[in-house]
Amino acid sequence: MSTPLVKLTGVSKYYGNIRALRDVSLEVSAGEITCVLGDNGAGKSTLIKIIAGLHRHDAGTFEIEGEETVLANPRAALDRGIATVYQDLAVVPLMPVWRNFFLGSEPTRGRGPFRRLDVAHMRETTRAELLRMGIDLRDVDQPIGTLSGGERQCVAIARAVHFGAKVLVLDEPTAALGVKQSGVVLKYVAAARDAGLGVVLITHNPHHAHLVGDRFVLLKRGAMAGSHTRDSITLDELTRQMAGGSELDELSHELERVAESGPDTPSGSTPATASDRDDTTR
Amino acid sequence: MSAAAPPADERLAPVSYVRRLLGRPELGAVVGAAAVFVFFSFAADSFLKASSLSTVLYSASTIGIMAVPVALLMIGGEFDLSAGVMVTTSALFSSMFSYQMTANVWVGVGVSLLVTLAIGFFNGFMLTRTKLPSFIITLGTFLMLTGLNLGFTKLISGTVSTKSIADMEGFSSARALFASQWNVGSVTLKVTILWWLALVAVATWILLRTRAGNWIFAVGGGADAARATGVPVVKTRIGLYMGVALCAWISGQHILFSFDVVQSGEGVGNEFLYIIAAVIGGCLMTGGYGSAIGSAVGAFIFGMASNGIVYAQWNPDWFKFFLGAMLLLATLLNAWVRKRAEARS
Repeated sequence: MSTPLVKLTGVSKYYGNIRALRDVSLEVSAGEITCVLGDNGAGKSTLIKIIAGLHRHDAGTFEIEGEETVLANPRAALDRGIATVYQDLAVVPLMPVWRNFFLGSEPTRGRGPFRRLDVAHMRETTRAELLRMGIDLRDVDQPIGTLSGGERQCVAIARAVHFGAKVLVLDEPTAALGVKQSGVVLKYVAAARDAGLGVVLITHNPHHAHLVGDRFVLLKRGAMAGSHTRDSITLDELTRQMAGGSELDELSHELERVAESGPDTPSGSTPATASDRDDTTR
Repeated sequence: MSAAAPPADERLAPVSYVRRLLGRPELGAVVGAAAVFVFFSFAADSFLKASSLSTVLYSASTIGIMAVPVALLMIGGEFDLSAGVMVTTSALFSSMFSYQMTANVWVGVGVSLLVTLAIGFFNGFMLTRTKLPSFIITLGTFLMLTGLNLGFTKLISGTVSTKSIADMEGFSSARALFASQWNVGSVTLKVTILWWLALVAVATWILLRTRAGNWIFAVGGGADAARATGVPVVKTRIGLYMGVALCAWISGQHILFSFDVVQSGEGVGNEFLYIIAAVIGGCLMTGGYGSAIGSAVGAFIFGMASNGIVYAQWNPDWFKFFLGAMLLLATLLNAWVRKRAEARS
């Protein structure tokens, strides 16, 4: 087993007297997907911000490729190959896909006053990179706002991959998406993994996590509630652990109903109803 | 436009040139310009004469020179209400500086450039530093400049206008650059038309083919996303305001060297003409969309309307009404065209 790309050991984070994260450990290796699961307020965003370099951890160790580090800012994280795709995706809706793809890192040709965008290269690369991820875009000139939520997510992932990310941190990539769209995004997450990247997938949806994850880290109220590998846990068990306690009966009832409706829709209507349930019982 | 076009996608019906045109921001303005042109061709007999065209072009260029940077600024998501009086400030400054220092007028012209750019920098700096809406910041600059223009001019020359600098050294060469004209047959062409066309070309190049252009669209269309991807948002905004200042300087020097004296109360209200030209030309009020060419077409509509009314021998009191109606129509047409274009693509 090679050195993990990112390894957190016993990491804690305090905001004043609030303990946002306590003693959390996590690792992700190349070609692996580590899922971080937790309900709202479990500390997922804090964890993401530490890995992305937005916040510094207060205790524990943070290793990148075996080397202990404290990231100063998001730029430092990027330079070390950690790219984070946030929920808002950082795309400009009115701009064409190819302009969005290279935004902030546009390649140029020529020099002096004739230094100009390498438009042909930009279009070509955008199309090729998206195709490599399995996204067959109709037209790279269309405004990115006209793409579906899933497609936008995929462009953001493809952009991170193209700009040399070794570790991809995805913040709830399927949160606002429909069932089909979620499936498409998960496929690209898997494609990124197959391309040799380490992926940290943040989600509150155990169904999505179990479809693609190799490791699972469960967070609850800022602490680790469990850490599992794919072989050591079933979907039912993962869901049970995430829901836990009083919500368990209700949720298993919900799941049984879905199991009857057929195996073709493993990520069918359940995620929505499960999280709805979470909201009402919280 | 790329040489190595990717293989055609079967889901993509071949896009006709018509539809591609419909997707351009300046289309509404072009249709509007054609309508106004046809209208005045019938309403005013002398409108189609070559000499009338040159007059139209001249008044279009005086607005157009400023409409270009204002359009860029609007694409970047901001307003500049001080643009109109800044032109006057720039003209006043170079005139009075040269006069008071009895220096070569080029010295005044140069110092005026620095001062005007500093005003633009101030606008951009205050905007990015305070994060207040540009409407408020530049409204403040607008009022301050209006006051300074009048106050300083009265203080220095005792009247509301500057002293003549026509007999001073360097005046004729500066005039050649900023306010010369040629006769081509019976038509008189002013140099501002060249300035205008050059600015439109440069701005279009910047917008569509440079990194700065990409950043302008991004800053106006999604500042947070732009920041997250490493676009220098603050620099882009300040640069846009300094672009407005640069063109205000060009405009101001034109006024100074074509009329020799500058009225200190001028320029108030012109900022809206620039914004109108940009909006008619397809700029979105909310930023992130528009073109420099569109602003030129918008300015051309302004030129046709303001002179067409005179040629039609109507009471020019109606002009403002006409302008307002044009603005509404153009904006509606823009919205309609864009919706159709997006629905089809």
